[in-house]
Amino acid sequence: MSTKVYTETHQLSDPVAERAPLVLGGLDFHDVTEMVARPVEDKIQPLWVVAFLGALTLLGVYGISVVWLVWEGTGIWGLNNPVDWGWAIVNFVFWVGIGHAGTLISAILFLFRQKWRTGINRAAEAMTLFAVACALSFPTIHVGRIWLLPWVFPIPNQMWAWPNFRSPLLWDVFAVSIYGTVSLLFWYTGLIPDLATMRDRAKGKIARFAYGFFALGWRGSHRHWINYESAYGILAGLSTPLVLSVHTIVSFDFAVSQIPGWHTTIFPPYFVAGAVFSGFAMVLTLMIPARVIFQMTELITIRHIENMAKIILLTGSLVGYAYAMEFFIAWYSGNPYEQFAFVNRMFGPYWWAYWIMISCNVITPQMFWVKKFRTTPIIVFVLSIFVNIGMWFERFVITITLSADYLPSSWGYYRPTIWDLGCLIGSFGLFFTLFLLFLKFLPMVAIAEVKSVMPQANPHWDGYHHDDHGHDGGDHDTHDEEAA
Amino acid sequence: MSSAATSTTAQPYGLLAEFDNPAELYHACEKVRDEGYQKWDAHTPFPVHGLEDAMGAPRSKVPWVSLVFALFGGTIPAFALQSWVAVEASRQVISGKPMLSWQAFIPVTFEVSVLLGAIGALLGMLIFNRLPQLYHSLFHSERFERFSDDKFFISIESRDPKFDAEGTAAFLRALGSDHVELVED
Repeated sequence: MSTKVYTETHQLSDPVAERAPLVLGGLDFHDVTEMVARPVEDKIQPLWVVAFLGALTLLGVYGISVVWLVWEGTGIWGLNNPVDWGWAIVNFVFWVGIGHAGTLISAILFLFRQKWRTGINRAAEAMTLFAVACALSFPTIHVGRIWLLPWVFPIPNQMWAWPNFRSPLLWDVFAVSIYGTVSLLFWYTGLIPDLATMRDRAKGKIARFAYGFFALGWRGSHRHWINYESAYGILAGLSTPLVLSVHTIVSFDFAVSQIPGWHTTIFPPYFVAGAVFSGFAMVLTLMIPARVIFQMTELITIRHIENMAKIILLTGSLVGYAYAMEFFIAWYSGNPYEQFAFVNRMFGPYWWAYWIMISCNVITPQMFWVKKFRTTPIIVFVLSIFVNIGMWFERFVITITLSADYLPSSWGYYRPTIWDLGCLIGSFGLFFTLFLLFLKFLPMVAIAEVKSVMPQANPHWDGYHHDDHGHDGGDHDTHDEEAA
Repeated sequence: MSSAATSTTAQPYGLLAEFDNPAELYHACEKVRDEGYQKWDAHTPFPVHGLEDAMGAPRSKVPWVSLVFALFGGTIPAFALQSWVAVEASRQVISGKPMLSWQAFIPVTFEVSVLLGAIGALLGMLIFNRLPQLYHSLFHSERFERFSDDKFFISIESRDPKFDAEGTAAFLRALGSDHVELVED
């Protein structure tokens, strides 16, 4: 009895009507292990070193910007009186939004039994974690005197003063920090079996110990898998409402205030759609080069890319609808302040930001109606970058509404300083440093999960019939011929 | 264990049988289950669907741990703390709203419940699985390393009342395993 008794045709037949298989190239289980583990076990690539040094440099920029900020105060940023919230909140919302795609892929697509998620969920969840880390850094430094940060936690201080639980900003503290924590638990739970794989393959003592320590002594026991799958399902079920609540609460930061252009009920769904939209763009930006560099085009296939492009098309259309509906409601409300806020967005001093947003977020995703564009990685990659840019500008446009509120005497124009720029670029340094470390030290594709969606993972798969060591009769030969 | 009384030190952990694919493992598990073994397990690189039925293994109790954590560690304390702070500890009149403006406490209550539910799910999984357990007798077997790659195993412990080193090994071989080995404790 050999492992490869099944034929190529068996591998490629998908039980669901004629869809492209999730794993190409007729791989078997061992090939999948090899393919994913190889980049981690190989010697460090020069390309990785160059990328890592670049990321570290940007991280250094962030370090310098933050040290100077803590030393000098938030005055080093371009904040002024009407615009008390500047790039820090723009970057915060941008990064939280990026994270949402990871949870959508890992939790919501899991509940919907979308098996294609297995090729991309690990890296997308890692992206979520690192994006949330970047996001959390902004409110942290934005408070200015960061040594007073414990005041956001419900710990009574010497004045017996508690945080205000009626404030969306406090809800935000809970929502984002819990989102980060639960994402970490979810990601780690998914990693346990793969860490065991890395442990069992590790050559060096240190690697064996490190992977072994975090694999917790996993031995693939099916009695363990039963509890594991139960826990995984619960984590998915909890993460699903969690991820929707997080950007809802982030939108409350704006929507609960009385500022024209912010005080709208459309904000929660509009923010969530935008978050998923931007997050999938970031997943594509990261995965399209990674699948080529790490030679995983058979695990992260064109079908994966096309599916993500379709989600971008859907969520991008939702975002475009939300932009239009905001205008409609502003007009329909008959509120002159509301109407002014929107006309001012379009034709006011920040018209350029508004039109960048519209071109990137409304026009770009519509390109994905064309199948050719959805299935050409380079085109998807370029369009995904436009979406990233557009979604950053969306948050900029929303935040900058502050520059012209009720009283013309208090209007002002917001200009970022070099330190604003340092924090934005620096946060990308933090993100890419963490992501590159992830690529180097952990399997970037969920090995166990990919194996479980391969056709031969099903114990009742056709291809096994002739390998049934005799006890169910002699009908197996016919199966063989059909397959051939 | 009475049968082991004479040779306590030489008592092996049990037998480990290797299979090539999920189908072989599945059918073998059905046979082991029907034979009446109690202390045995299957080891697979990924969760093989339906194997719990082939093994006759019970459902997971992890959801209960998660529920208890979420409810008693999350929902109730979080809501109680916020209400107590608003009504007792730190009274603030905001927009003339009532002190117990409970609607405003829902977001934090929800988030904390999710956090505790998630912690409960992971802890429950670890507790019921008795993990972390960095040392295990099965790791003595070199071949067992491939459980996390592409091989499928059945282990039957010597503690099982039906265990008999030779008889059980022959039984496992008859199920189609090419490689059956005795694992030291």
